[in-house]
Amino acid sequence: MTRRDFFKHTLKGLGGIVLAQGLGEIFRPVAGQASLKPVRWVFLVDTYKCIGCGFCVKACKLENEIPFEANVSRTWVERYVVTKERKVFADTPKEARNGFTTGKVDLGMGRYRDIKNNEIEKAFFVPKLCNQCDKPPCVQVCPVGATYKTGDGITLVDREWCIGCGYCIMACPYGMRFIHPVIHVAEKCNFCYHRITQGKKPACVLACPVSARRIGNLKDAVDPVSKVILTQRVETHKGEYGTKPQVYYIGLSVEVR
Amino acid sequence: MHVFRPLIVVLALAGTILIVRNFIVPSDFGVHESGYMYGWYRKSNEGEWKAVKVKYQGKEYCQDCHAESDQQVRSSRHNLIECENCHGPALEHPSNPAKLAIDRGRELCLRCHTHLAYPTSKRSEISGIDAESHNPGGDCVGCHNPHQASKPH
Repeated sequence: MTRRDFFKHTLKGLGGIVLAQGLGEIFRPVAGQASLKPVRWVFLVDTYKCIGCGFCVKACKLENEIPFEANVSRTWVERYVVTKERKVFADTPKEARNGFTTGKVDLGMGRYRDIKNNEIEKAFFVPKLCNQCDKPPCVQVCPVGATYKTGDGITLVDREWCIGCGYCIMACPYGMRFIHPVIHVAEKCNFCYHRITQGKKPACVLACPVSARRIGNLKDAVDPVSKVILTQRVETHKGEYGTKPQVYYIGLSVEVR
Repeated sequence: MHVFRPLIVVLALAGTILIVRNFIVPSDFGVHESGYMYGWYRKSNEGEWKAVKVKYQGKEYCQDCHAESDQQVRSSRHNLIECENCHGPALEHPSNPAKLAIDRGRELCLRCHTHLAYPTSKRSEISGIDAESHNPGGDCVGCHNPHQASKPH
């Protein structure tokens, strides 16, 4: 074989391989694409609709087996009462697992503030849950790889792998994480991953009587929740931290921390 | 020669750690979809989370057997409330549990029906009571039928 022939054969061979791969990329079977339907779970909260009944917190705790009487929860509801003198009172008595059954605002340490109706300028409820950030700081700090972001955007905790060091609890700017009182590993909201991957709504969304809480897929153009997020005016919590939170709020107010 | 002895010990130690690690770390532990920073984990854990048991089943699960109650609630303003909000999660009812623990307490009703006159919140539009003056301590279900949510009977 001459040198010229050697180069000819090599080039033909390489060309054939590259072409075959390129065609494979272009003519991929349609069935394969359908199974890879892109999903990015997002949440939409309408604070105008929320009535502070706390059924979401109750459902969450029972669905996800967080001891009901323990003062920790994957989700909670906050109440903000702003007076005409521009004073802000906020509380979330027992994470609102029993709702808001009194007008007295819990100031902590057993103190309550009874605010008269004519003193109130505005008052509203804000449900809180994990923001399933695009850039979750809680995942970055995990020293053992026990917490991670799935392909569909949910941050999960591996209970087998977690050593309970608590770094992630410190890292979350939203205070979403806590140590599970029974299992003693990091615990957090995961949009009820076992439900949404089966086509069911998260327990809090199901329990909400006024549709203040909704879940959607941001990568689905016809999804009603993505439509609201993309076409209406929505806001997220603490954007300044650069975590790219994916729980969107309608009617978020400056008082909300 | 004596200077190489510690080196051999260190190499043996490193080797042992690598061998042990090979057995302890599962084969599916590694970098996945979200990259090294956010996706370094044990892949089979996703399946473990997906396998968690569903407890809240939703209205559709109840309506076939409890058609009468379903119709009652449907025609009332409590239509928007899930059965399980008051009756508790269905789990695998009726096989397990056979009976659900119904919350008939006053506190349950007060979640929505304590009147809070909050402007900019829909809460103020729900017909509510002052819990301290409206039959304090009494059970709401003594006079009101939660399935028919209207005036007392």
